[in-house]
Amino acid sequence: MAEPLLAIENLRTYFHTAGGVARAVDGLSLTVAPGETVGVVGESGCGKSVTALSILRLIGAPGRIESGSRILFQGRDLLSLDGRAMRAVRGNRIAMIFQEPMTALNPVFTVGDQVAEVARIHAGASRAEAWKRAVEMLDRVGIPAAGERAREYPHQLSGGMRQRVMIAMALMMQPDLLIADEPTTALDVTIQAQILELLAELQRQFGMSVLLITHDFGVIAETASRVVVMYGGEAVEQAPVRELFAHPHHPYTQGLLAAMPRLGASRERLQTIPGTVPAPTDWPAGCRFRDRCAFAWERCEREHPALHQLSADHASRCHLAVEPERRVAHPPAAPAEIA
Amino acid sequence: MPTDGPRRRAGPGWKQLTPGARAACGVIVLFVLAAVFAPLLTRYQPWQQLDVVRLKSLPPSLAHPFGTDRFSRDVYTRVLYGARVSLAIGALAVLLSSSVGTLYGAVAGYAGGVVDTVMMRIIDTFLSVPRVLLLIAVLALWSPVPLAGLILLIGLTGWFDIARIVRAQAMALRDREFVVAARSLGARPSAIVWRHVLPNVLAPVIVAGMLAVGNVIVLEAGLSFLGIGVREPTASWGTMFQDAANQFVSSWWAVIFPGVAIVATVLALNTLGDALRDLLDPRQLPAHPGSEFQEPAHG
Amino acid sequence: MTAPIAGTTAPLLDVRDLAKHFARRAPLFGRAPGPVRAVDGVSFHIMPGETLGLVGESGCGKTTTGRAVLRLIEPTSGSVRFDGRDVLALRAGELRQLRRRMQIVFQDPFSSLNPRMTIGAIVREGLTIHRLAEGDAADRRVRQLLEEVGLRPEYASRYPHEFSGGQRQRVGIARALSVEPSFIVCDEPVSALDVSVQAQVVNLLQDLQRDRGLAYLFIAHDLAVIEHIADRVAVMYLGHIVETATARDLYREPLMPYTQALLSAVPVPDPTASRDRIILQGDVPSPSAPPSGCVFHPRCQHPGKDAACTRIVPPLEEKAPGHLVACIKQTPTAVSWAQQQDAGATHPPERYVPVAALHTRSRGLASP
Repeated sequence: MAEPLLAIENLRTYFHTAGGVARAVDGLSLTVAPGETVGVVGESGCGKSVTALSILRLIGAPGRIESGSRILFQGRDLLSLDGRAMRAVRGNRIAMIFQEPMTALNPVFTVGDQVAEVARIHAGASRAEAWKRAVEMLDRVGIPAAGERAREYPHQLSGGMRQRVMIAMALMMQPDLLIADEPTTALDVTIQAQILELLAELQRQFGMSVLLITHDFGVIAETASRVVVMYGGEAVEQAPVRELFAHPHHPYTQGLLAAMPRLGASRERLQTIPGTVPAPTDWPAGCRFRDRCAFAWERCEREHPALHQLSADHASRCHLAVEPERRVAHPPAAPAEIA
Repeated sequence: MPTDGPRRRAGPGWKQLTPGARAACGVIVLFVLAAVFAPLLTRYQPWQQLDVVRLKSLPPSLAHPFGTDRFSRDVYTRVLYGARVSLAIGALAVLLSSSVGTLYGAVAGYAGGVVDTVMMRIIDTFLSVPRVLLLIAVLALWSPVPLAGLILLIGLTGWFDIARIVRAQAMALRDREFVVAARSLGARPSAIVWRHVLPNVLAPVIVAGMLAVGNVIVLEAGLSFLGIGVREPTASWGTMFQDAANQFVSSWWAVIFPGVAIVATVLALNTLGDALRDLLDPRQLPAHPGSEFQEPAHG
Repeated sequence: MTAPIAGTTAPLLDVRDLAKHFARRAPLFGRAPGPVRAVDGVSFHIMPGETLGLVGESGCGKTTTGRAVLRLIEPTSGSVRFDGRDVLALRAGELRQLRRRMQIVFQDPFSSLNPRMTIGAIVREGLTIHRLAEGDAADRRVRQLLEEVGLRPEYASRYPHEFSGGQRQRVGIARALSVEPSFIVCDEPVSALDVSVQAQVVNLLQDLQRDRGLAYLFIAHDLAVIEHIADRVAVMYLGHIVETATARDLYREPLMPYTQALLSAVPVPDPTASRDRIILQGDVPSPSAPPSGCVFHPRCQHPGKDAACTRIVPPLEEKAPGHLVACIKQTPTAVSWAQQQDAGATHPPERYVPVAALHTRSRGLASP
């Protein structure tokens, strides 16, 4: 098996605040192979965005990546690099695109300047050369009349256009890994379709890997080849995408899939997951999902489940993996809070 | 244990203040206590001339920690009683200007349109006259002015900035959804301003108010120095300047101690005001514990 | 899903040709540009107990429509009749009374509650305004309402910032219910919530509808949620309603090319489903510069599209029972071929429903 492009080992990112230590990411491990798209899916508070920022070491005080974490990129531990070496990686070998293109772009520079800046910083290109490359890139991401649009400012462009500009910036140096943090959440659905199609096409052309972070299972089903489901700062299930949708194991994954209204599905009452996500300053002992789980029993309160391998490529962090006969629904032991 | 419902978050409190802000708080409290308990802290009266022949213009000593002025009055006593006057003027004048300004600004901002334009132009007209000159003119003519009159005048000439600030806030609030919700329930505009707009504009008003108290104290000192503010024999920090101004070289203590009192108070008020500004404003944004580290809920 | 209340024939809400234009200021030199036509002639009706879904992308005018119907924004023209009464002609006092019966729930759970008021006070406000209850009776009513939306009554003394998004949304719903409305405009009530919380709130809204006989105008951009909760659906684009049908008919056989593209763009949570989809070119246009004729024509993929589409504004016509569509190229149409040719048509109308727009079990959708 080829060496993974990115290997996160036991990542722990804690925020040390006056109100307590928030364990936003608490022991996450995942890998991304070259050319692969890995989807990270979860709801608010699961730690997925913090994971993305941790990879690029963009976590500021009071956040800290705790010792014992390793982020191996092409064999090197990113956490051991000095500032200069890390800057050579960001935007160059690993690039990131964000949810809100308006806030990620500088309003006082033209979009052409911002895209060109990437080439000036990382490739040492001259202004003229960098501008030329920027216009080419803007054209490649599907912006019509790229030469003229490059002279415009972010506020003059629509949301979809701005997202394309951000993608252009990210891909200027043909990175090996693209981290996309909710890239289409803020966009209209028809624009979302365009952007997803663009990303798929560019991935094919550049042969890069993508770490796609989202809460939308539809997007995951369309674009990811492997999926990691996060809850409570850790991975609770990992599987190839078809396997995950066909045979979800972890009760949280099952709950999410059942709670989504789907086009064409029957119109019965939606199934819900009772309760709410606990605060990251206060993860419950034992299994973090137990208060909301229909199958929980006393072992779940006592013992924090390990990530059990159900098969070669499907893992689930649930005691049901070793005691499958316990999968009998019953109301949670203590009345759960309504979200 | 299941999450027990909503989670309390510590509101702005002592813990969030920087050491500098805490010191500032302490200074203000000190002065207020000194003012309130003045009779207990000194056995002299502020107007009391102890012995014009032998005790005038004495430098600081054990008997008179701040010395005596040219009328043989104990400077320390006068600083204490002067605190009463200066702080009272500051607090009351700012209370007046804040109230007037807040109400005016809230109405103008929420009403919008022609009403807002007219109300703002009125303020512009008032602002075209420099405050200090106006005060000097009025006070010089209306003399001697009682303390209440002085407070009234200072208060009524100082509400324009607050009105502008509140108006801007009120305009922003008008489109906030909870205000639209109140309209949809059928609330009258007056009820909306009272229940929804005013409570949400308090933060900048408090901050501006703190800074204004410092300004007023300095203003009063200046006016009293010119002889048109507080009148003798009432001791205020400003009148003490006026007394001793031409004696600065020979009797520095009569000028320095009230001066230090003013500087310390104003500095403390400004520091606390700045600290409160940082503390109060961002708190209006949504958060429940840990959400600062979480991704926003998705749409 | 609930059915409209049987036995009633008059609509609870009847909107005709509603329009809202926002004037734009003239620049220093030159003439004033035309107004922004946020809502440009919209007509629909809602029966008691029914849910009408209003769906569209940003800039289509759905939020403006929702607020204009309640007169939270003053419409520029058109008529809104609620229970037979002309809402736009009411004076302030009468409007205030009518406000009891028509309420609104907002999208953003974080800005729709006054951060300085306890949630008990927030829910009580409506009771106070309309003098429905005072003192202890009001307190009891507030506790009842909180329980009804699934919150513990003892939360009444807490402040909004202590609650999660889903809980706040429930408070907003309790507030709307406090005045006993018969109609609620739900303006994207679940868009800002996580999936699992969304499901809880959608269920709550449906339960309330069933228990209280409420009618909803449910505004959203998420087609799956709309399909789940709405009885009928209206699709908006650039200030116009371009298609109206029962939810079932709309999703089984969308006839307006925009609806077709919209449905095919929704990512399907099924990795085995076919990826064949209609990708629209270009951006969602802004209402300040709408295209001429059919506002969708620049992005339309109907094979019959031609010059006539740039000149004729398509009427909303019934192309199947209860199914209205604004497209002159989709058969059947009352815009005659002769009329179309006068406007430069080169392709005759035809019936076009691409497979990519259909979301049915035949696409291999896995059942939950």
